Amino acid sequence: MPDFFKASSHAPDSAQAGTNARKEAVMSSIRSEIALVNVQELINKATEKCFAKCVPKPGTSLTSSDEACLARCLDRYMEAFTVVSRSYTARISRESSQLREAAAGI
Amino acid sequence: MDQLQFDDATKVGTHHLHPLFAALQTTLQKELATFLEREQAHARVNDSIRNLTGMCWDKCITGTPGSRFARGEESCLSNCVERFLDTSIFIVTQVQRQQQQLLQAQGDSSSSP
Repeated sequence: MPDFFKASSHAPDSAQAGTNARKEAVMSSIRSEIALVNVQELINKATEKCFAKCVPKPGTSLTSSDEACLARCLDRYMEAFTVVSRSYTARISRESSQLREAAAGI
Repeated sequence: MDQLQFDDATKVGTHHLHPLFAALQTTLQKELATFLEREQAHARVNDSIRNLTGMCWDKCITGTPGSRFARGEESCLSNCVERFLDTSIFIVTQVQRQQQQLLQAQGDSSSSP
């Protein structure tokens, strides 16, 4: 919040609180919307990949060994996502700190 | 597109408001714009990580999935990420170099009649 809001004694505090609450509500609904889309797309991808690996010849129903494979595959896929995410963020922070050092050196 | 609608809506609103509320709306608008920008950047990172997971899964997980990663699969995944990013940087610098060579060649041919 900018200082002039704090300085002003005429600021209607309750109205401002209401606006703030509404703002927070909008932000958190946008955040959860984005998170939901991310999870949905990750699940779609996992379905595609695990179907390819575990159901090579689709029969009249999923066999119990198909299901066991799918369960393991889903676990591994999520683990792979974690590993990739960790490597990616580590690399990005490494690159950006190098960039900062280079900028400081100039 | 949503942002445009949001801008228009707030602009219409500010005409009838007390200056203090108008100022409040402007800061609010800026805050929300910054927020959306940050969330969009975040979403882009998430998209890349998801895509990379799919790509590296195909390269590294070759057998049927076990109850844990097979030997070398996990390191293959992180190598895959690192090399993909290396590749991305390499391609960009390569294109830049080619562009520079092209510009240089053009400069040479125009200077000599």
